[in-house]
Amino acid sequence: MPTNGVPTKITQGSGTKGGIGESTLRPDGTLKVTGEFAYSSDMWHEDMLWGQILRSTVAHAEIVSIDTAEALATPGVYAVMTYDDLPAEVKHYGLEIRDTPVLAHGKVRHHGEPVAIVAADHPETARRAAAKIRVEYRELPVITDEASATAPDAVLVHEHRDDHHAGHVPHPNIVHRQPIVRGDVAAARGRADVIVEGEYTFGMQDQAFLGPESGLAVPEEDGGVHLYIATQWLHSDLRQIAPVLGLPEDKVRMTLAGVGGAFGGREDLSMQIHACLLALRTGKPVKIVYNRFESFFGHVHRHPAKLYYEHGATADGKLTHVKARIVLDGGAYASASPAVVGNASSLGVGPYAVDDVDIEAIALYTNNPPCGAMRGFGAVQACFAYEAQMDKLAARLGMDPVELRQRNAMEQGTLLPTGQPVDSPAPVAELLRRVKAMPMPPERQWESSEGADVRQLPGGLSNTTHGEGVVRGVGYAVGIKNVGFSEGFDDYSTARVRMEVVGGEPVATVHTAMAEVGQGGVTVHAQIARTELGVTQVTIHPADTRVGSAGSTSASRQTYVTGGAIKHACELVREKVLELGRRKLGSYHPAWAHAELLLEGGKVVTDGGEVLADLVDVLGDEAVEVEEEWRHRPTEPFDLRTGQGNGHVQYSFAAHRAVVEVDTELGLVKVIELACAQDVGKALNPLSVVGQIQGGTTQGLGVAVMEEILVDPTTAKVRNPSFTDYLIPTILDTPTIPVDVLELADDHAPYGLRGIGEAPTLSSTPAVLAAIRAATGLELNRTPVRPEHLTGTA
Amino acid sequence: MRVHFTVNGRPQQADDVWEGESLLYVLRERLGLPGSKNACEQGECGSCTVRLDGVPVCSCLVAAGQAEGREVVTVEGLADHARQRARGCGESGGSCGTSLDEAKAWKPDGADSQTGEGGELSPVQQAFIDAGAVQCGFCTPGLLVAADETLERNPNPSDADIREALSGNLCRCTGYEKIMDAVRLAAARQSEGV
Amino acid sequence: MDFLRPASWEEALAVKAEHPTAVPIAGGTDVMVEINFDHRRPEYLMDLTRIGDLYEWEVGDDTVRLGASVPYAQIMEHLRPELPGLALASHTVASPQIRNRGGVGGNLGTASPAGDAHPALLAAGAEVEVESVRGSRRIPIDGFYTGVKRNALAPDELIRAVHVKKADGPQQYSKVGTRNAMVIAVCAFGLALHPETRTVRTGIGSAAPTPIRAKAAEDFLNAALEEGGFWDNGKIVTPSVAKQFADLCAAACNPIDDVRGTASYRRHAVGVMARRTLTWTWESYRGAHRTTEGAA
Repeated sequence: MPTNGVPTKITQGSGTKGGIGESTLRPDGTLKVTGEFAYSSDMWHEDMLWGQILRSTVAHAEIVSIDTAEALATPGVYAVMTYDDLPAEVKHYGLEIRDTPVLAHGKVRHHGEPVAIVAADHPETARRAAAKIRVEYRELPVITDEASATAPDAVLVHEHRDDHHAGHVPHPNIVHRQPIVRGDVAAARGRADVIVEGEYTFGMQDQAFLGPESGLAVPEEDGGVHLYIATQWLHSDLRQIAPVLGLPEDKVRMTLAGVGGAFGGREDLSMQIHACLLALRTGKPVKIVYNRFESFFGHVHRHPAKLYYEHGATADGKLTHVKARIVLDGGAYASASPAVVGNASSLGVGPYAVDDVDIEAIALYTNNPPCGAMRGFGAVQACFAYEAQMDKLAARLGMDPVELRQRNAMEQGTLLPTGQPVDSPAPVAELLRRVKAMPMPPERQWESSEGADVRQLPGGLSNTTHGEGVVRGVGYAVGIKNVGFSEGFDDYSTARVRMEVVGGEPVATVHTAMAEVGQGGVTVHAQIARTELGVTQVTIHPADTRVGSAGSTSASRQTYVTGGAIKHACELVREKVLELGRRKLGSYHPAWAHAELLLEGGKVVTDGGEVLADLVDVLGDEAVEVEEEWRHRPTEPFDLRTGQGNGHVQYSFAAHRAVVEVDTELGLVKVIELACAQDVGKALNPLSVVGQIQGGTTQGLGVAVMEEILVDPTTAKVRNPSFTDYLIPTILDTPTIPVDVLELADDHAPYGLRGIGEAPTLSSTPAVLAAIRAATGLELNRTPVRPEHLTGTA
Repeated sequence: MRVHFTVNGRPQQADDVWEGESLLYVLRERLGLPGSKNACEQGECGSCTVRLDGVPVCSCLVAAGQAEGREVVTVEGLADHARQRARGCGESGGSCGTSLDEAKAWKPDGADSQTGEGGELSPVQQAFIDAGAVQCGFCTPGLLVAADETLERNPNPSDADIREALSGNLCRCTGYEKIMDAVRLAAARQSEGV
Repeated sequence: MDFLRPASWEEALAVKAEHPTAVPIAGGTDVMVEINFDHRRPEYLMDLTRIGDLYEWEVGDDTVRLGASVPYAQIMEHLRPELPGLALASHTVASPQIRNRGGVGGNLGTASPAGDAHPALLAAGAEVEVESVRGSRRIPIDGFYTGVKRNALAPDELIRAVHVKKADGPQQYSKVGTRNAMVIAVCAFGLALHPETRTVRTGIGSAAPTPIRAKAAEDFLNAALEEGGFWDNGKIVTPSVAKQFADLCAAACNPIDDVRGTASYRRHAVGVMARRTLTWTWESYRGAHRTTEGAA
């Protein structure tokens, strides 16, 4: 892997095997390949019951009555609960706004909203009982888009809003509105030689993690409950769960069970409270496992969006201004909508330098499925639109699209439209140069001595073409994603690090509440401890709520923030160990007092390499332990009128080149190659870095050509809640993904690293769309592209 | 109803099986073998892939009663299966699943999953770890059973062959590149006799 | 729910006679999905996987007798020369795991317009062998599909085999899905040339309430090939003939808009597949024709 960036200076630990920078292997790998790794759906307990949720069959309705008598009378059923059975004053939850009822009260606001819950001794018994609950609905008109949401006589999705956004939104069916205004767009428009406009549509994408929502709640003797759960943020769950159970937080214990992927879809609660309620009601352990159908209703999706853009440029290709309006459909509940609005607006012009900007982003309340966090979080939708605009502008100017981007590429020091300077490397032009310089995949790879290999053609195994109608296209895109929680959020993590001698060897134990969702946080956390403490044996303690919050496994933040917390705690442990050494052994060697000391290979050494002592001797029977919180630099909220403010802490940049082959007659697409260049600051684990980039790239491919939750515009009901009709890429849809990793250190971040997980999801989609446009000559203003759009048969 | 069949070489019996239960449910919830994963229950993802009388199938689409008297190999028995195959015999040994007490959460090893550690893994299992083909790991058991069978049939598959053979196994984390690397690596190691 | 495990075909017929609501299950690729997702709770499930006869095939002089449960993977591996269209269709079925388990009997039993085997059976020509305790009969494939997910079976009948005409000329099969593997058909098209009778047959899937043949298109092409002496002279089918054939195939469709595609796209795609499969089969026929000429 090329490492052309500024080398990061590491003194401590650079000599320890398995430290940062190495492609060490996952500590949970063996368990995962043998089937022994215990995912949340694998939990099992003697005498456990199965929970089942009854969900609304309509999107918007008053609940006239609920009759649970027959369900309760079913043999094998232990409990049936509705809103009226909730035990505490608090009956709602929510990430930022507590607007989501634990069970529907009075009305339902979206298709699939939980109405009642059942516990029984077998999942089939629970399903049959749930089916016997009679709910009478009186249907209400559905709000499905901006026009119906903001119509003068629109039904309010939430009648009595008192949240902190309620006061500044133009309509109660708008969750949050964020303008970003800088410079003078009207004046800048006068300087433009060309202006291009576009209206874009981004479809509703699902995280489609493979491990459906699940967990096991076990009642405890003290009246509390222990929840084994797959989530992205244990402490955020805890904060929302405990009040609804009427329990203090210390009586709700949470342990992270194995997580089968997340991608934002586990940032909100799903079955957590329901399982706990049933466990406390029945006094028995209760397991809930969603099936795939239910999973499509059980978590928020990526906001579908309408985006209206105007870009102006001078004849030599310098951007004069960008005007944009971004309308995100937040669905029935707020979830992370306000923060998604913040990202979409503040990153709405992309990684370009432009002085005059006028952006407005809003999220709607509608009766569509609730939308919230998904990998890329608001920046994805914007990137799709502004990159389409850049191509359109290049075409209008007669300029190479990569050159146009490079000419306007932001650099270190460029001001964002929020007025915030980018204060770390921003190698946007370089990433484009690199991705363009990669060798092109050969033409007509499907041709073989035995005829056409359909597996390498659009349509694949379905045998639709042997080369007829197939046209190649190439497209480029680049994007910018913020790393970490922005807009003044107190974004911190907590690490407890302990060093002691076990079995004659120094061992470090790292305990955090970080949710390992597959990204490999556990791998790099162990690497950090090795580097900082000079030991080879590191135990990663299971994540639970017995240690302070680690914040969310989202926003590409865990390696930065929890990694930073571990590094910090390790530094303190190291100081304490050296202090111990000075006390015990200081008199034996003057270097203890005078030299800079390091921990390496299980020993205390001087910076000159002289060994002073074995850690085993320094530690003896003592254990050194530190628990510390660690924060990245503070950020500020965006001004509600102008959007100005230092809202972000770090950025991540990726560029893609897509090569596609399109069967132009049938409208089928085969992505041949999707090359990516990304700046990662410092690759703590190069193998994992590449894996993240390839995975993120593929999710971007999915929403370019196949993935979309279809909602009926007249009923707001979900039409394709299954893996038969919500398609995600198979291995035959996914091309080779060559990755060029750049490492330009961000001096403000631990080891100079950058959060990496999301950026590749941004630019992948517009690159594929650009390539399809190049192959077909069509305008294509929506994603995903369906065969209908390529054949004029929509 | 009662169902008997052989799992990973060991005769098993499940009682009080509801007639609509799948083989997957019986393996996971009645026999303590949760390695086969339930991700879609409609044959679209391959996470529940097992060998049924040697043939890779989606265990979510096999009615429990249809497994009566059959031989099943799951990911838990894959290492033994590969070992027996290498030795040229047909039967395979067994293994057990995870109870809550055993697995409060995943139990981290002190060390990484280094090559050769323990020597208990089949070539594809080891290759998946070494190549970085495992992220969340939920698709991994099904992919391993499918990939192992692919290499059993075709020891030197082309890339297109690998993609076709694994086209019934969805992965959401990796973008499949490292999975391709892993299968190529396992094939190469096998052909070198490693 | 009762789970019935007949050990023989005769026993299965007896069970079905006694319990006409019993749902036969073999590969499980339709039935188990319905049970897993709570769409169906049959009173009786009748497992057919113990009846070895259903997993066997016999190649006769004119036809292949294909047991109802022969998995698609076996058709691909063993019957490609005799049943090339069906082998191609089998290859488009779902995933390797499903192809290992599912068979043509299930496709016929479900009779979904999207079933992958139907267009190939319609194009090749086939009869479905069904049986009950009352006796056995053969239903011509053209009369088998009676409505959306409905077929000509009586409540007490089971599908035992399908008798498919052995290919006497090139056959092709194409299916459109929005993914490069593991898709349910948006629409599908099968075409078989029958040089012995100098006819062509078609099959269209997922573009009408049932699988259908494009009879007007077949009639047109049969006449055009005959008039032009194409069967003898082995000339290239002219683009205007191919286009007219494609248009007539598209016109034969009676599709709907649904989550998988629009009616308009389905009609369009069937036309494209008709033209392409005609080109492929005819080129193959011409190649064989030339070889024969050369040898003679």
